[in-house]
Amino acid sequence: MTAVLEIAEVSKSYPGSPPVTALAAVDLRIHQAERAVVLGPSGSGKTTLLHVAGTLERPGRGSVKIGGEEVSAMSDAELSGVRARRLGFVFQQFHLLDHLDAVHNVALGLLYRGSPARERRAAAVEALDRVGLGHRLGHRPSQLSGGERQRVAIARAVVGRPDVVLADEPTGNLDSATGAEIIALLAGLADDGTAVVVITHDQAVAAAMDRRVLMRDGRIISDQGPR
Amino acid sequence: MSAKSVASRPRAEPGRPPATPRLRVADLVASGLLGLRARKLRAALSALGIAIGIAAAVAVLGISASSRANLLAQLGAEGNLLTVTAGQSYDGSPAELPLTAEPMIARIPPVESVTAIGYVQGATVRRTAAVPAIDSGGISVLAAQPGLLGTLGGSVARGTFLNAATARYPAVVLGAVAAQTLGIDRVTPGTQVYIAGQYFTVIGILRPVPLAPQIDEAALVGFPVAGSRLGLDGHPTQIYLRATADQVQPVASVLPFTANPAQPEAVQVSRPSSILAARAAARTAYTGLFLGLGAVAVLVGGVGIANIMVISVLERRGEIGLRRALGATRRQVGLQFLTESLLLSALGGVAGVLLGAAATAGYAISSGQPAVVPPAGVAVGIGVALGVGALAGVYPAARAARLAPAEALRTS
Repeated sequence: MTAVLEIAEVSKSYPGSPPVTALAAVDLRIHQAERAVVLGPSGSGKTTLLHVAGTLERPGRGSVKIGGEEVSAMSDAELSGVRARRLGFVFQQFHLLDHLDAVHNVALGLLYRGSPARERRAAAVEALDRVGLGHRLGHRPSQLSGGERQRVAIARAVVGRPDVVLADEPTGNLDSATGAEIIALLAGLADDGTAVVVITHDQAVAAAMDRRVLMRDGRIISDQGPR
Repeated sequence: MSAKSVASRPRAEPGRPPATPRLRVADLVASGLLGLRARKLRAALSALGIAIGIAAAVAVLGISASSRANLLAQLGAEGNLLTVTAGQSYDGSPAELPLTAEPMIARIPPVESVTAIGYVQGATVRRTAAVPAIDSGGISVLAAQPGLLGTLGGSVARGTFLNAATARYPAVVLGAVAAQTLGIDRVTPGTQVYIAGQYFTVIGILRPVPLAPQIDEAALVGFPVAGSRLGLDGHPTQIYLRATADQVQPVASVLPFTANPAQPEAVQVSRPSSILAARAAARTAYTGLFLGLGAVAVLVGGVGIANIMVISVLERRGEIGLRRALGATRRQVGLQFLTESLLLSALGGVAGVLLGAAATAGYAISSGQPAVVPPAGVAVGIGVALGVGALAGVYPAARAARLAPAEALRTS
């Protein structure tokens, strides 16, 4: 299996007195089409892990490879390129733009690839169809339920067919039934070849994923399930 | 999803160096517009300062350009009007020119039109005989020819001007100031004024004649009636003429000898249009004042836009984080906010130009002038607005670009 995301000996600490160690020598390899969940209490470093894995933050030490490319030494513009082409993000707060309808929100996922508007729109319609929102194309976020908003956000994350989708507490703002649907949807993305990494402190989410990584105090303390 | 669709759209090639993100200009502008569309009222209010400043500047330039255009239209754009005057007699009243002066001048080939006026000495103009003669109001009585208005570029506000027929009868046309002094603002068959012991019927009232202000303060009668009833001997006191534009100077040099071959040194030749043109070209103090006020308003508007943009950057940390996560570079995020600032100021600039043009048109129409909005003023107005918008947007754009993506996402 090809590793789409390789984190090796990554440490990250934030300045302060005393400095806060968010990640301490973390190793993690994520393969194509893998479903993984990173569990841990708040403050365990899982959000920092997601940011480092998603090139939103640079590691203090260690190596991060995405699609086989070492990203630690890349320029800001090159990192942005990696995010635009290889990564998809799903956030707890959805981060949809209120004044854009579902199609345009999803099309934003392709904006920074420079593809023409018509192509972006066609891909967005297709992605919304894939998440079961083909009937909500022209709705604005304020006209959608929480679950539907998160589906729009997932469509935006996958519209560019990334190698990895990184989801940060995707069910944090949803009731448990809706949360379960969203997790099932995320897990289903792996059928398409996309690796899915969900970060959560919600144990219920873990059941839907194949691999469970447990973090505490910036370290991986257990890593169970198939890889 | 089926395996087929996976194969049909390949993922990024592993191992190939990543291309940096691209953003089309149209998409950049659309992103900027999106920010404004989301907060329409705020956008409109923050563009208002620039709009007011640009409107003031465009209106001031437009109104002075309109006035100038009006004056130039009256001067005849060439400024080819010349006046011939016969000095003054011992009591200060205008001296006479020879009877031959006007027909002789008309024979100078480059002279396009010529008209003479004759000062009627000692005549007063009063509303009725009951008004004491001392209250003459400073209105002089001038004998005029029907071609006067054509040469001077004047026009009639009410009624008609003298013609070959009315020039023989006791009919009078009042200059603008004279009509005001006499309290006459309309022309009816019964409107009369009392001139040198007899009643004359008012047949017309003139608009102001900027080239010959003495016409404004005069009552004009025909040469024939001035001769028969007011004792004018037919000698003109002043002659107005227009010459072919490129021949004005040569004509001016031969005028004294043509007008009065016996005493050329007693003839004064002047060119009022050149004096007025110089005056029209000069900026008034008010123009400078209003331009200054406009500049201050634009500056304050720019500060307002900078302020709004800084607030916008603070409010939209989440959006900035999202865009970075979607692959926007620092530069693209900065450019988005700079574009927004430029669009805001362009909006203000365009609104200001339209307001200023509307004010100019309103003023011009109400004062009967041609409306002129100088294109250079419009270009400078929009240019200044864009410049101010760019300056105002630099700092907020830099702040947005500097924001670390993880931090932007965390704090929202």
